[in-house]
Amino acid sequence: MRIPFTKHTLANGLDVLLHEDHACPIVAVNLWYHVGSKNERPGKTGFAHLFEHLMFEGSQHHDRGYFQPLQGAGATLNGSTNADRTNYWEVVPAGALELALWMESDRMGYLLPALTEAKFANQRDVVLNERRQNYENRPYGLAPMALLAALFPDDHPYHWTTIGEIADLKAVQLDEVHAFFRRYYHPGNASIALAGDIDADEALTMVDRYFGEIECGDPVEPVRADATLPRDVRIQFEDRVELPRLYVAWLTPAMFAEGDAELDLATDLLANGKTSRLYRRLVFDERIATDVSASQNSREMAGYAQLTATAAPGHTLGEIERVVFEEIARLAAEGPTDDEIERGRVQAEAQFMFRLQTVGGFGGKSDQLNAYNVFLDDPSYFPRDLERYQVVSKSSLREVAARYLDPSRRVTLSIVPHGRGALAAADSELAVVS
Amino acid sequence: MSPRPATRPAKVDRSQLPAPEPTRPFPFPAIEKSTLANGMRVWTVHHAQVPLVSFSLLVRRGAASDPPGQDGLAAVTADMLDEGSGSRSAIEMHEALARLGAQFDTDIGSDATVASVTVLSRFAQRALALLSDVVARPAIRDEDFTRVRQLRLHRLTQLRDMPGAVADRAFLKLIYGAHPYGHSPIGNETTLAAMHVDDVRAFHARAIRPSAATLIAVGDCDHAEIAGLAAESFGDWTGTSDGDAATAASLPQAARLNVVPRPRAPQSELRIGQVAVGRDTPDYHALVVANTILGGQFVSRINLNLREDKGLTYGARTAFEFRRMPGPFVLQVSVQTSGTATAIDESIGEIAGIRGSRPVTADELALGIAALTRGYARSFETGEQIGRAALQLALYDLPDDYFEQFVPRIERVTSDDVSRVMARHLDPARLTTLIVGDFDTIGSDLSGLGFGEPVVLPPESF
Repeated sequence: MRIPFTKHTLANGLDVLLHEDHACPIVAVNLWYHVGSKNERPGKTGFAHLFEHLMFEGSQHHDRGYFQPLQGAGATLNGSTNADRTNYWEVVPAGALELALWMESDRMGYLLPALTEAKFANQRDVVLNERRQNYENRPYGLAPMALLAALFPDDHPYHWTTIGEIADLKAVQLDEVHAFFRRYYHPGNASIALAGDIDADEALTMVDRYFGEIECGDPVEPVRADATLPRDVRIQFEDRVELPRLYVAWLTPAMFAEGDAELDLATDLLANGKTSRLYRRLVFDERIATDVSASQNSREMAGYAQLTATAAPGHTLGEIERVVFEEIARLAAEGPTDDEIERGRVQAEAQFMFRLQTVGGFGGKSDQLNAYNVFLDDPSYFPRDLERYQVVSKSSLREVAARYLDPSRRVTLSIVPHGRGALAAADSELAVVS
Repeated sequence: MSPRPATRPAKVDRSQLPAPEPTRPFPFPAIEKSTLANGMRVWTVHHAQVPLVSFSLLVRRGAASDPPGQDGLAAVTADMLDEGSGSRSAIEMHEALARLGAQFDTDIGSDATVASVTVLSRFAQRALALLSDVVARPAIRDEDFTRVRQLRLHRLTQLRDMPGAVADRAFLKLIYGAHPYGHSPIGNETTLAAMHVDDVRAFHARAIRPSAATLIAVGDCDHAEIAGLAAESFGDWTGTSDGDAATAASLPQAARLNVVPRPRAPQSELRIGQVAVGRDTPDYHALVVANTILGGQFVSRINLNLREDKGLTYGARTAFEFRRMPGPFVLQVSVQTSGTATAIDESIGEIAGIRGSRPVTADELALGIAALTRGYARSFETGEQIGRAALQLALYDLPDDYFEQFVPRIERVTSDDVSRVMARHLDPARLTTLIVGDFDTIGSDLSGLGFGEPVVLPPESF
């Protein structure tokens, strides 16, 4: 299993990755900028994501909406921002590749002359509404803010969420946005992948024609920051919810680092799906929770594992917490079973095969090539990524669980209904979230 | 970093956008079909880009088949399918699926129940055997039913916190009333509390039957082989589904403006729409084009107005939900509280406009048609996508050449067609508006809409 590709770097530093797949007459154009909310500073949060919005509002030579010509050519397109990177993609009919490259290169090279105060004000309003819709007006929606703020110190770039603080978004000035663009949105900080019905040589020539003229900016220094969690940080807040929910989070290894794959599998076998240990105990047998899930959220500088469980009516988060840590202790002491390891292995094989089905979009082959290239400088990493999961053993998983899912170094967050503070896990302090 | 080489050619001409080349020809998936002795249809599509097989088992019975007073029965039945079979417990069933690395799901809609599983092709036979245990031979034990029902009741409790879910449930009830489409598949607290495991067994016995079933397999597989395996796995499944969901009598006429209060909400969740049209309408293609222009894509009239012009929302969209009986047309949007009345007024204005007072322009029509046709091949990239497309044919009795005909039929739609079909199927005077939002703050603005006093809906009324 692999994603065959060729890689070229243009004179201006832009990485170009090419993958031919002629099954369907479409081409995925996928462009990563190595900038995310971790490149922001306290008081200036939400920039990278706000920028993602502004990138769809027109550039110097096409000073109108970005969507219209591409949708008119039969494309689907989107973008996303996380802590570490921003990606933009189009999936176009093969005959519209040149149009997509024209559009992407124009907003890389010539965005600022078209970026007016009016567009900026409009998209700031849209982002404030995105925040209301996806966080403020959603039950438990402010949990990420509380968790990240407790896991990472105030000046650590993972302390804040990608959507940003309301006050920061309202205070941001257009000239700051311009400066942010000049620093991060240039060929030397970007990687473009084309996957699909292309001739690799012709496609490379076309990419060079449109992107080669864009000047490289100053090199972007990697962000570095450390975080340690010395104790069990116990916090709670009240929300407009019917059922209380418990979150437990731990600091864990970074993406692709040693222990990352083990934690993926450990969180799966603990809390994901009906076969998981905590589903069986909390939901199936003891029926004190309505749902449970967990994940290893691996990022470039550090990771965090998160476990979430919602209490069934009449039950407290303290009851759930006790069972969670009994099961974690059992895993840390005895390790997984042979059957759990074997299931994890075949599930990893299947999941990686599923990832080879699409050329574009979030998680498609073009997005994966860029991820491996940007984070590891190695677009060929796909089979070795799978191998990380295939070599996990009973002992390595047990050791990683014991080391990282430590009951004495974690964040324990309770979100409870208004006026029902007694349902929170014991000894929790009030968290301030907005 | 290295400076640009001096040899770099002149900058590219950006005075105009490059025109796309004509669409390359694309062979649409060919479906091979046969029927088992028990009446179950077996459809396969060979699609061997990756060594995977996707199975979907469609049964043409869904939440619209819930008997009166038993809202939620079809959904509970669907939920009970993977809770064990024979001597295998619920957990053991999922362990068996996990040993194949399978991606498994059950889905319930108004018109259909679908169980689907995708696996590495070397596990196709074992996956199909498990799928037949799930659909044809579920254990439906009392103890599992009690647990599953309890989880569904908890889910209902949680849905009351979610403004979007509250809006969806309340809106269906407003426009459909007691019609089979008037309740969401999950049902409600009263009907679930009264339900008994024997009701589930009876529903499975009379509705989940091979006469209403189609097995669709897409991937690295061969028709004869799949049909043979299906005959082994499903051969002892027998019986005929009872009649289709009854067509409804009269629909209610809801008040024009309705509010579910959500004090201090920063946004209002809006639904605006009416009962519209079924999947079998001859106006289907014209309505698809019309909806694309009105609210079906980013550059639609309503999204450009509410988001890109006014900044009131993260996004707005409209959809005709084409079903076996007339389905709803719904505009859905979440807007900042202060913009509630403006968003309603503008939305209804856009719906009224596309019916004729502001007919679609040649440019809008060309863009809408191109968006639907030029990228059509993209819908057939993965086995699961092809399976979903085939499922539409099976559910709505569409012809074998449906995919080939889609593009030419869409291309024939004219501006007059758009005005005509929107005028025929949408009526601004009959549009129902529902707000889930901060009534204390927005109440005074609503009087300006001219829809009279809003009807306030208590949460327990839907």
